[in-house]
Amino acid sequence: MNVIETGISWWQVKPDVLWTDWLIYALLVVIAIFVNHARQHEHLRAPWRLILRRRLAMASCIILLAFATIGLLDSIHFRQAVEQRSDGTFRYDNESVSLFDQIVLPLKNNTEKTYSAPFAVRLYAKENIETADGSMYRDYPRLKYAGAHLGEDINRQGEDIKVRVITALWQAALVIVAIIILLAAWRGIKRSQGFSQSLTSMIFGHGTIPWKTVIATLAFIVLIISLSLQLATVYHVFGTDKVGQDVFYLTLKSIRTGLVIGTLTTLVMLPFAIMLGIMAGYFRGWVDDVIQYIYTTLSSIPSVLLIVAAVLMIQVVIDNNPDAFSTLQQRADVKLLALCFILGITSWTGLCRLLRGESLKLRESDYIQAAQAFGVSNLKIITRHILPNVMHIVLILVVLDFSGLVLAEAVLSYVGVGVDPSMISWGNMINGARLEMAREPIVWWSLMAAFIFMLLLVLTANLFADAVRDAFDPRLRNS
Amino acid sequence: MLAYILRRLLYSIPILIGVNLITFSLFFIVNTPDNIARMQLGVKNVTPAAIEKWKSNHGYDKPLLYNKNNQGMSAFTNTIFYDKSVRLFVFDFGASDEGRDISHDIQQRMWPSLAIAIPSLLVGLLVNITLAMLLAFFRGTYIDISGVIAGILLISISALFYIIGGQYIMSKLWHLVPISGYSEGVSGFKFLILPVIIAVVAGIGSGTRWYRTIFLEEINKDYVRTARAKGLSEVSVLFRHILQNAMIPILTGVVVIIPLLFMGSLLTESFFGIPGLGSYTIDAIHAQDFAIVRAMVFLGSVLYIIGLILTDISYTLVDPRIRLS
Repeated sequence: MNVIETGISWWQVKPDVLWTDWLIYALLVVIAIFVNHARQHEHLRAPWRLILRRRLAMASCIILLAFATIGLLDSIHFRQAVEQRSDGTFRYDNESVSLFDQIVLPLKNNTEKTYSAPFAVRLYAKENIETADGSMYRDYPRLKYAGAHLGEDINRQGEDIKVRVITALWQAALVIVAIIILLAAWRGIKRSQGFSQSLTSMIFGHGTIPWKTVIATLAFIVLIISLSLQLATVYHVFGTDKVGQDVFYLTLKSIRTGLVIGTLTTLVMLPFAIMLGIMAGYFRGWVDDVIQYIYTTLSSIPSVLLIVAAVLMIQVVIDNNPDAFSTLQQRADVKLLALCFILGITSWTGLCRLLRGESLKLRESDYIQAAQAFGVSNLKIITRHILPNVMHIVLILVVLDFSGLVLAEAVLSYVGVGVDPSMISWGNMINGARLEMAREPIVWWSLMAAFIFMLLLVLTANLFADAVRDAFDPRLRNS
Repeated sequence: MLAYILRRLLYSIPILIGVNLITFSLFFIVNTPDNIARMQLGVKNVTPAAIEKWKSNHGYDKPLLYNKNNQGMSAFTNTIFYDKSVRLFVFDFGASDEGRDISHDIQQRMWPSLAIAIPSLLVGLLVNITLAMLLAFFRGTYIDISGVIAGILLISISALFYIIGGQYIMSKLWHLVPISGYSEGVSGFKFLILPVIIAVVAGIGSGTRWYRTIFLEEINKDYVRTARAKGLSEVSVLFRHILQNAMIPILTGVVVIIPLLFMGSLLTESFFGIPGLGSYTIDAIHAQDFAIVRAMVFLGSVLYIIGLILTDISYTLVDPRIRLS
């Protein structure tokens, strides 16, 4: 684990790609293809321009990208070398870490003994402390890492925090100025304008992109980063949990779990929903009957109960095959993927029903009648004519579903059918925090951290989804 | 009308068979009874004899689908599928893995669930419709826009935080109501206040948002323009005309969930220690009692299908233009 003692550089690693990692990479490829496609077609670019013109949507988009960046960095897993054998080969650690873990290494490693409040330098509970002359007394012991740079001079803490916050503000201001200059320069080159002209039109102009919002949001993100750099490295800004882990680290790690549930669930259910929905609407007849029967049956089981039943069963399967997974992490990962599949099974029916209805309408339209008259094959009609015309429904539902799925993870983990208890997630944090509420004095910080980050992610996702729906739903756009 | 209801009831039979097959394959084919027995017994006590004993105690020792030791019909009836799945159709839920009678438990536990669910539904409807009408009245103004954004904010908060926050503020800080618990009769009233308030507050975001769109759809219709043209004030247009017409989609949307009120809410009941069907399910999940989970899945589906049929019937009752065919 500890790389410094072994004398092996930290980049001596072996990549360890988890199942969900593969799917996230696949999702990236899909998004890249989609973006590339949309860039080349004006009718697809127009709604996106409409979305990014809205200030709230633009700000949400940037914050979501920041979340996604953390999630992606946290999805590059590798095992570190722990020892060099005599023949020059390396022995690798059993536990794999992510690139994000490496970036926030102090947060990960600075574990205290047990609970401590945010910015505290002492532990939450009293302990027997032995003094130099051997006598014992009870007091709150000093934390090992938080405020260690203060030495014995704890009273200096207020002053120290003030200095660090001011430094962070300065740093953030400098970075933001640099970002504004770079943005203006880039924009100037693109539009072959002078730099000052580009800068003034960016800040005072009323162009299509709300640059003031972009800059304000970027400033917010930069400020958070610089505050974390200044404060989180020497204090536990959100305190520590029962086993002394930094809560800020836990809530940052939860981002990946939330994103995986929100995106991969959709990724695994989309092919089924699109294929079956279009087939039911296009072919009608017995195909329609069978597909309708399948989704009516599935949707008539209350989704929570279906999820509960399926997860319980998967748990039994996994528990009975402990040899299939070499590490706890892989086991938790497979469980997470299984949860995505199960959530996918319960959530594809709505999309399928909508796509069926839309395809029923489309198949009567003139251009498809014409294609049929020319003898174009059914497969070609579906892929060339129907699929592009229902994609806006798919997109709207995917974006709308995301926030619901992130929220569902927390509830399911609380019920006991969510992600593996060893996996860091907001649901598990809240679940653990529930018992802490009964303590005196109350341990509120892990709940607070999970609340803030979850709210930020879900709120931005909801605001963004609203804009997407308004832009892509022609029925609403005209009203 | 009667013919229509009968046809709908008949149509729901294949769906219930499908539900039954799904639960059966989930609980018995993905996991053999041996696995469940091993799970229940724990790692230490697993011996082949113990597994056999557990299975015969709980009636899992028969073949899954076809019993070749028996003749005639009993080759099919003397199986796990018949015992555990087919009997669900006559609401014979059998005994839980702990040996308690599930049907009896359900009959006892549905009343506390209803005691929470019905007030939550009614108060929630009242609050949401009032707020949605306010937003519709002030449509396009800053009140409307900030109301919509506040709605998105409320939707974005997890139900868990509503419950934990509500318990903390109302019970721990202000000592207004007991933090959790339940009792029968009038004395139990104080236990119901907090869960109902929290259920209503947690539903304001999505409810108001939905009803607002319904109101706005009505506002653009011709009869509203006529009502305004004949000189009615905006308030009376809103109450006398729009509200009445908007109640159709609102009420028919509510009808579908009425049967499901019996099932209670998993979260609310487990946080407040209410002995309803929701906490029954949660306890069964924690104890890995598959018999109860299976029964609840089936019961939930039946209630949902009843809700759908009731929705269709209520459409015809409130809107004579819709003919059942």
